[in-house]
Amino acid sequence: MAFRTLLAKKTLSLASSFAPASSSGDRWLGASLRQVRTLTVAALPDLPYDYGALEPVISGEIMKIHHQKHHQTYINNYNKALEQLDAAIAKGDASAVVQLQSAIKFNGGGHVNHTIFWQNLKPTNEGGGEPPHSTLGWAIDTNFNSLEALIQKMNAEGAALQGSGWVWLALDKGSKKLSVETTANQDPLVTKGATLVPLLGIDVWEHAYYLQYKNVRPDYLKNIWKVINWKYASEVYDKETADDTL
Amino acid sequence: MQHQATSYGAFRMSTPSPPISTFLGAWRKKRSGIKTETGGIRLPRHAAIVAQLELKPLPYSLDCLEPHMTRQTLEWHWGGHHRAHVVRLNSLIAGTDLDGKGLEDILLATYNKGNPLPAFVHAAQVWNHDFFWQSIKPNGGGQPSGKLMELIERDFGSFDKMLEDFKQAAVTQFGSGWAWLAYKANKLDVGNAVNPRPSEKDNRLVVLKSPNAINPLIWNYAPLLAVDVWEHAYYLDYELLHLQNRRADFVSVFVEKLVSWEVVSHRLQIAMEQAVETGREEMREDDDEEVPRSETVEMYLDSESDDSETE
Repeated sequence: MAFRTLLAKKTLSLASSFAPASSSGDRWLGASLRQVRTLTVAALPDLPYDYGALEPVISGEIMKIHHQKHHQTYINNYNKALEQLDAAIAKGDASAVVQLQSAIKFNGGGHVNHTIFWQNLKPTNEGGGEPPHSTLGWAIDTNFNSLEALIQKMNAEGAALQGSGWVWLALDKGSKKLSVETTANQDPLVTKGATLVPLLGIDVWEHAYYLQYKNVRPDYLKNIWKVINWKYASEVYDKETADDTL
Repeated sequence: MQHQATSYGAFRMSTPSPPISTFLGAWRKKRSGIKTETGGIRLPRHAAIVAQLELKPLPYSLDCLEPHMTRQTLEWHWGGHHRAHVVRLNSLIAGTDLDGKGLEDILLATYNKGNPLPAFVHAAQVWNHDFFWQSIKPNGGGQPSGKLMELIERDFGSFDKMLEDFKQAAVTQFGSGWAWLAYKANKLDVGNAVNPRPSEKDNRLVVLKSPNAINPLIWNYAPLLAVDVWEHAYYLDYELLHLQNRRADFVSVFVEKLVSWEVVSHRLQIAMEQAVETGREEMREDDDEEVPRSETVEMYLDSESDDSETE
């Protein structure tokens, strides 16, 4: 499922003499900046499961706060930064444009990453934790020798990450290779390589586990595999490896 | 008690609350050796008694900071996170040339001029947390006085403005890190740069923020006050209060109810004295570098002779 369709979008209309351009699905700020007059902002996607559905691996309390507070805050701040960016671009204020980049990277990254994360999790009675088969399964065996080895590697890198960040199972669209990557803070996976696509991401910010696991991040990492949604990862893998016209 | 230190420093305990007593010893006898191929143990040449870094006890009891910082937070923050860094640091420096050195020396050495070694995060976090616990006290808050207030008003305009800057730094530190009030007595705003025309104006109070374990010692500033803005510092106490901005509320409570301005003042005094001393040392070094006096040095003095008579 392409993550773009998961972003429930709101549209802010700004007064203008230009007719709105293409459909909202294609509107990224990079294109036709001077003609953008309706600003597409982000909205909090719904979770595809109840807050308590991932227990006992991740508590309902954590899921609720993580979704309704943390992710929502990233969205609010990202939207605010987008509006300010839009204004700065319209005014031709290059300093302001540059100055906004860190807020956009941090909050936009937070939105991107968490949107993927909710899809990466699934209750056990809906297939969470079921290991990958066929294409992705073989790719994992080729790249890491076994699923166990991959999990061990992700857990080790996730535990060793200093401070806040994410650990990813990444697919390189060019070479079709899988790799384990980490990013700091809310940096999305693309900051590690423009051709990298996230198949799975695990949030290792303290807010992702602290209320339940306290400072024992390794226990959180060990347990989270019970609710990992390999089906989503497989779908993304198949889509990206099939699409040779990209 | 089973424990296991991982590379993250997580300290897993089999009992829910960490006992305080096990780490109050400073000395141990080094017994560990290297296994030889034949199965024997080669002891290091000096089976010496060395000092081991310890988890310093808190200057107050675990429930004395309630309700602003609960016992539960302190048990996990001091007893879990801080302790794990101590354990991990000791294991990383054991048998190396850093073993037995003071904490600040270890910190600066492992920072390795911007290319930190694995022990750095642990050394820095031990230092940072020691500093943090000593910065707060029961019934803290209020206002500073004396020289500290004078400098705050000189360098920030007002106490409220300084607090505003401090809070801003704390909430805009993306991810994990710390916010600081520090005394900058080196010569320019950027760490290694030197002002070729140093003046008293270079010595001033600054507010700054740092990521993860970094602290201003590496820029040769004198830290005066720190607030921990890693999520573990405030999550248990502020997360469940349905607040939108937990970190901001934590930092507000920190400055209003917890900070010990006496400690900050004392640190400032030491920092200023140190700055004066460093200044004197630098002048002495400059003097030593001058050409030593000898008969060949000409000294031009004002004379009553006419300029036209110069050779």
